[in-house]
Amino acid sequence: MPFIANTDQQRQEMLELLNTTMDGLFADIPEELRCGELKLPTGISQQEVQEYIGELAKKNKTELTCFVGGGFYDHYIPAAIGALVSRGEFSTAYTPYQPETSQGTLQAIYEYQSMICRLTEMDVSNASLYDGGTAIYEAVVMALASTKRNKIIIDDSVNPIYRKMLESYTTNLNIELVTTKNNDGMANRDELKAQIDDKTAAVVVQNPNFFGCIDDFTDIAELVHANKGLLIASCYPTALGILKTPGAMGADIVTGEGQCLGLPLSFGGPYLGFMATTKAFMRKIPGRVVGRTKDVHGNDGFVLTLQTREQHIRREKATSNICSNEALCALSALIYMSLMGKEGFKQISQLCADKASYAYKRLRQIEGVTPRFGAQWFYNEFVIDVPGNAAEVVNKLIEKGFAAGFPLSRYYDDMDNSILIAVTEKRTKQQIGMLAEALEAVI
Amino acid sequence: MKLIFDKSVPGRCGVMPAKSDVPTSVNLKPELLRNQDAQFPELSELDVVRHFTDLSNKNFGVDTNFYPLGSCTMKYNPKVSELIASDTGFANLHPLLPQLRGGGMLTQGALQVIYETDMQLREITGMAGFTMQPMAGAHGELTGIMIIAAYHRANGNKKTTILVPDTAHGTNPASAAIAGYSVKTVPSNKDGVMDFDALQEMMDDEVAGLMLTCPNTLGLFNPEIKRICDLIHSVDGLVYYDGANLNAVMGKVRPGDIGFDIVHLNLHKTFATPHGGGGPGAGPVGVDEKLLGFLPVSLVVKRDDGTFALEYNREKSIGYIAPFYGNFAIVLRAYAYILMLGKEGCLRVSENAVLNANYIKERLKGHYDLPYRQVCKHECVFSAGNLLTKYGISALDIAKGLIDAGFHPPTMYFPMTVREALMVEPTETESKETLDKFCDAMIDLTEIAKNNPEQLKAAPISTPVGRLDEATAARKPNISYNCPLCG
Repeated sequence: MPFIANTDQQRQEMLELLNTTMDGLFADIPEELRCGELKLPTGISQQEVQEYIGELAKKNKTELTCFVGGGFYDHYIPAAIGALVSRGEFSTAYTPYQPETSQGTLQAIYEYQSMICRLTEMDVSNASLYDGGTAIYEAVVMALASTKRNKIIIDDSVNPIYRKMLESYTTNLNIELVTTKNNDGMANRDELKAQIDDKTAAVVVQNPNFFGCIDDFTDIAELVHANKGLLIASCYPTALGILKTPGAMGADIVTGEGQCLGLPLSFGGPYLGFMATTKAFMRKIPGRVVGRTKDVHGNDGFVLTLQTREQHIRREKATSNICSNEALCALSALIYMSLMGKEGFKQISQLCADKASYAYKRLRQIEGVTPRFGAQWFYNEFVIDVPGNAAEVVNKLIEKGFAAGFPLSRYYDDMDNSILIAVTEKRTKQQIGMLAEALEAVI
Repeated sequence: MKLIFDKSVPGRCGVMPAKSDVPTSVNLKPELLRNQDAQFPELSELDVVRHFTDLSNKNFGVDTNFYPLGSCTMKYNPKVSELIASDTGFANLHPLLPQLRGGGMLTQGALQVIYETDMQLREITGMAGFTMQPMAGAHGELTGIMIIAAYHRANGNKKTTILVPDTAHGTNPASAAIAGYSVKTVPSNKDGVMDFDALQEMMDDEVAGLMLTCPNTLGLFNPEIKRICDLIHSVDGLVYYDGANLNAVMGKVRPGDIGFDIVHLNLHKTFATPHGGGGPGAGPVGVDEKLLGFLPVSLVVKRDDGTFALEYNREKSIGYIAPFYGNFAIVLRAYAYILMLGKEGCLRVSENAVLNANYIKERLKGHYDLPYRQVCKHECVFSAGNLLTKYGISALDIAKGLIDAGFHPPTMYFPMTVREALMVEPTETESKETLDKFCDAMIDLTEIAKNNPEQLKAAPISTPVGRLDEATAARKPNISYNCPLCG
């Protein structure tokens, strides 16, 4: 029988030792609560399941040339990552409750935390969270608890999906959630200035923002700090290969989506939420944290630490309900950053910017295509306006083999003509040229 | 062992980036750039492969050792599921595609997987519909509590309290509190299950709901479970089934039939997806008919023409709780596993899991205190209390001794209702030979506790490190490697 080792004879021997029957083992479940036979098909073999689901996989149109981003990107994934994270010693282990049998996972998480600190120029990182959206929510809860205030300001240039998640999660909390409207694609200074007050727990911004525009939040950090609030910055790790870091801008809590660090798109997950903060908030951070210590012989080793924040100790008084992390995804990210190294990571980061810049220039040559925003700097994603309805244009490009970008009307009322276009290092000059020709043909 | 940062040699690179094929390199405004490069290590691909292969050898996993970690259901994870999840037809699929006009037709295979998994889980649990979005068990709990809150808000109920048993996982009270509820704890009775009389006394119209694991964390099925559900419903409260222990009863009893309103399942437990060293998991949430409208957006629906679509326009929904459709690649693995199990397999899982747990209970009951002697379900809880009293050997010492015998220890010191608890969950995938070796080792340890307790105090000695100083780690935290070049 698949996945069961014991033979009928062994089962019989075991039941004899127990002096019972299989039914006897379930005698504690009242008869009237039992369900009949489940209405599921009969089990199928490994071979059949692989064929059956293989057919389903073919129904997904992954052959489209992908210029869709929106915070989730088609980056190249080096082969060594899959080979290493699929090792059963990593993948079939659990949360490292017993440190002596888990030094592999623990050291990897410690290295991951250190890598995230170096990436963001922050002091401390946790062992990871579910995704970039829940990471913002956790950061907001952390800010509310740390400041004992109840107002959160978020600019609408933050990923709209994350803003919707934050709305859901804060419905039952007694907080004031204020959304400011971007100013020509950038976080709106005037509105932020008007909103930041002595009730403000945190301001939430994103860099590069959802439109791909690059910002420097140093001024916002100063403003919110002057009012004793916190700055939460959501970031795109690949961009941090070249861009000014949230640490250098004075952010208090940094979050983001780590999918770009060696994780496949996989139709939305599993992904990797990261969170880093300053020393001042080290004991307020949610989730697992690994620390370095000594064993009884004086050797270096690693343990889960700062556990008095956590639910298994504090129960309803915990800083968060989280009791796991995305350990295997964090491991992928760590291996990605290790393989890329200092130089490779910077080069990939620059390459994405270069290709996007080229695509932007190329698409602008098309008559009728205009840049949505003024003279903003963008990273590897940008917004163009097309004549006519953008959703319709993108729809027509599907037939020509392109996932050409994301029409912004879905999340922004005044952007019916706008398409958000992402370019990673995987897109070639030729593909960009073909996209331009296809776009020209449909508008 | 050296950290990866210590192995860095300037000038090395593990992956050569593709050459640029675009004519120019963009010069961004210098004020927008970082002052110095991210101080990542510089290594060859082999350096990296060897480093992480070395690290992997310092782990116990289900693939290497018996891992009877109670309440975590560390069963075998089929390799074919890994292969299926890595199919480029899924792995390369962008989650925003179905949000493009006409884009749903680009992802029919993936939507079908979600839809059919929903159907499988409905049948297994007796619930009316599932969301696949929660990304872990605790995330499912939070989703469930948000649904409870939305239900009461819609009904104009002003309820403030969530009840949890004293044997509950810590995530239960934490999830309730983080959604804005106050939490009250219901005591267990002498048989180890929720005390019905105590519950009755705690009932008032402030009770928004009860969160319950069944069988509970002692591995005990509460025969009064139906009365408990009815009692909560009598004040318009909702009953939440923490599905962490579904492996014990799959195919035997369904929470939906008992009267539970909300269920979360841990796909990484019952449905054999890898635990990953602490994630990623998945915690789908199922609800009964009256709560369907509150499920998060989006939901996969099947159209009359047989195609699949995402439904976003859902008025009563609690909204977005995940960016997309949950940990899809985990759901996909569970889907494959359930297809392989089929109806007979589901039953076979729970029967063999329960048989294995009772076998261990029977073999060890004369050697360790057994606070609850009745038949158990998927796990059993022993106490090392007698060893502590007689020889000064604690549950922790037994756990560390087991490591030297080649076994991952059981869950320790949980549930908190049992002194010096050792919670053993063997799962159905382990053989009698393995269980016998484990039991022999557990019995040996009681002898060592008696004759040579110092040996256990010094354990483990077979691992890369000995017992670690957790107190100093927490008092003077070193949680990031010092970067000499970082400002």
